[in-house]
Amino acid sequence: MDFPTALVLNAIIAGLLLGGLYAAMSVGVSISFGMLDVVNIAHPGFIILGSYIAYIVNARLGFDPIAVGIVVSPLFFALGMALYRVYYLCFERRGQESLRGLAFFFGILFITEVALILVFGVDYRMVSAAYQDTTMRLGPVDFPMRLVVPFLVAMAMVIGVEIFLTRTFFGRAVLAVAQDSLALRLMGVDTLRVKEFAFALSIATAGMAGVLLVVIQPVQPAIGREYIGLVFAVCVLGGMGSIRGTLVGALILGLAESFTATFAGPSWAPAVSFGILLGTLAFKPSGLFGR
Amino acid sequence: MKRFVSWFLGALSALALLGAPALAQQPLKIGFGMSLTGPLAGNGKAALIAMEIWREDVNARGGILGRKVEFTYYDDQTNPSTVPSIYNKLLDVDKVDLVVSGYGTNVIAPAMPVMMQRNMAFMGLFGLNVNSKFNYDRYFQIMPSGPDPAIGWTQGYFDTAMALNPKPTTIALVGADAEYPALALAGAREQVKKTGLKVVYDKSYPPNTVDYSPIIRAIQATNPDLVYVASYPPDSAGLIRAANEVGLKTRMFGGGMVGPQFAALKTQLGPLLNGIVNYESWAPDVSEKFPSVEPFLQKYQARAAKEGVDPLGFYLPPFAYAMMEVLEQAIKGVGSLDQAKIADYIHKNEFNTYVGKVKFGANGEWAQPRMLAVQYKGISGNDVEQWKKPGHVTVLAPAAYKTGNVAAPYHENRK
Repeated sequence: MDFPTALVLNAIIAGLLLGGLYAAMSVGVSISFGMLDVVNIAHPGFIILGSYIAYIVNARLGFDPIAVGIVVSPLFFALGMALYRVYYLCFERRGQESLRGLAFFFGILFITEVALILVFGVDYRMVSAAYQDTTMRLGPVDFPMRLVVPFLVAMAMVIGVEIFLTRTFFGRAVLAVAQDSLALRLMGVDTLRVKEFAFALSIATAGMAGVLLVVIQPVQPAIGREYIGLVFAVCVLGGMGSIRGTLVGALILGLAESFTATFAGPSWAPAVSFGILLGTLAFKPSGLFGR
Repeated sequence: MKRFVSWFLGALSALALLGAPALAQQPLKIGFGMSLTGPLAGNGKAALIAMEIWREDVNARGGILGRKVEFTYYDDQTNPSTVPSIYNKLLDVDKVDLVVSGYGTNVIAPAMPVMMQRNMAFMGLFGLNVNSKFNYDRYFQIMPSGPDPAIGWTQGYFDTAMALNPKPTTIALVGADAEYPALALAGAREQVKKTGLKVVYDKSYPPNTVDYSPIIRAIQATNPDLVYVASYPPDSAGLIRAANEVGLKTRMFGGGMVGPQFAALKTQLGPLLNGIVNYESWAPDVSEKFPSVEPFLQKYQARAAKEGVDPLGFYLPPFAYAMMEVLEQAIKGVGSLDQAKIADYIHKNEFNTYVGKVKFGANGEWAQPRMLAVQYKGISGNDVEQWKKPGHVTVLAPAAYKTGNVAAPYHENRK
């Protein structure tokens, strides 16, 4: 197999750019599933909801999709809070969160899909932004802005979440809940409030990830299902509850996909990605950064 | 006793007379699965609108065999695994009189074993070469890819390519890991053998691929004269964007892309479509060749706008309507719902439909191929209205419909 320098460099850049999107899509799962033990299988549904909100505002008012994402993030945050409250009251408080909770989130995923179909129809939708059709070239390496801009926003979001969780009092409280919720309760902390906040944060990141996705490719209401496996794989590969691990895991899968597509054949990409996941779990069952 | 018998027979005759019209008025039920959700739902919903228009038209004409036509349909979710159970339910529980297919190769193929088991006449809506393995004599396909679909589907692209001067010598083949792209690529490989081209890249990709630029770069590294693509709408968009970003240099790019036929991608991609050679079933540039399509499109477009479905409807809806017309004319010709006779009638007769005259070959495919090989040109902006006017879709083949020559190479005609 031939590995020309230009192809290798482009494969690295394409892999990192793709990994950035994967990190943005997975960071919320890392919080909800990795830290809070909430198997939010509807996470991709909220990603697509974010895509559609960006689409409709972009199509009607012409606003930049990224700006729309920033503006609507508080709405997703509020939605997340409400959703967690329902989940807590109906399942977690009763100790029925494992299977029934899973069914609940499946239901939420389908409701989101059907609601989007009823409102927007089933056609593929995409946003338009000034930078989308621009490609920057540095020597032999291409930097398509359609991928670079979402990558930068994704990095800012994921690093922001990591800083928030590790450097702020409330963020540390979230990590503490993830570590030992009972001990925190015994110390008089309102763990429900902390978990509610953390879950809301995960939904807010999903909304933003959806905006980034629709900048990159067209979406239709049911496309979220295709990413369920991916977001959970990234979360497990990186190590449950580790944001740093999620970022590294996403970049590894992005690079694996890009290199496989460039040098071996794109149909091998899922096999290589999941092979990496299995290999990692075989040697380090807690994932790359898991404890 | 005689009096009782005659009274009994009289009552029976009266009941029969009363019952006869009641039976005649029972609706004629046609069942099918259709993709109303999932990746191909946009196309499925557009087809459904066309079929509903036909149902209303035929009922306004008094129905078929004096019976009003009713549809019983279910959402197959663009998921082939749902299809066999849908058709079993339609036939066993809903007791439909006739069945037709949903949209696309992926959902037609899994319905075939059920149809063969039940000996049903089966009209297919845009399935590529489905009958090649089944060889079912009651299967018919309304997509005009010709008696050898694997070849007919790709004929226009390869005829155009091999007429380039100087003749191309190398080709890259790429498509999604799915039923239709696999069959289209198989046809392209047949063409490659016939034309003596050298294949420098032949790979497929998973349907949920997000970034297509590594694929385009890998293709570019092989420096092919031609790139033949068999893709579904999201991958078509991804590949076209990636070709633009990477700056793909090749003489012809496209071929079997599903997606650019529909308004959603036409408007989203806009000028990025310039220079791409692809296929269409109808275009305003050849409207005078198919005079009955435009009146149908007016009806369709009014409905589609309300329902938020493909507002152009050039590609699939006229053929969905035509599929039902064939069935209607066959039942009327036979005078019954006998499946063997209907199939026999469809084999032996030519049908006048909104898309023109349709004659089927022995394997149920069109006797003559008529899919149009086209090149998109002069597209500016993302406005949908420009697509309703002639001038943006040059028909390259078949010769009878040709409106212009291919502009090559692709990279000089892009944008």
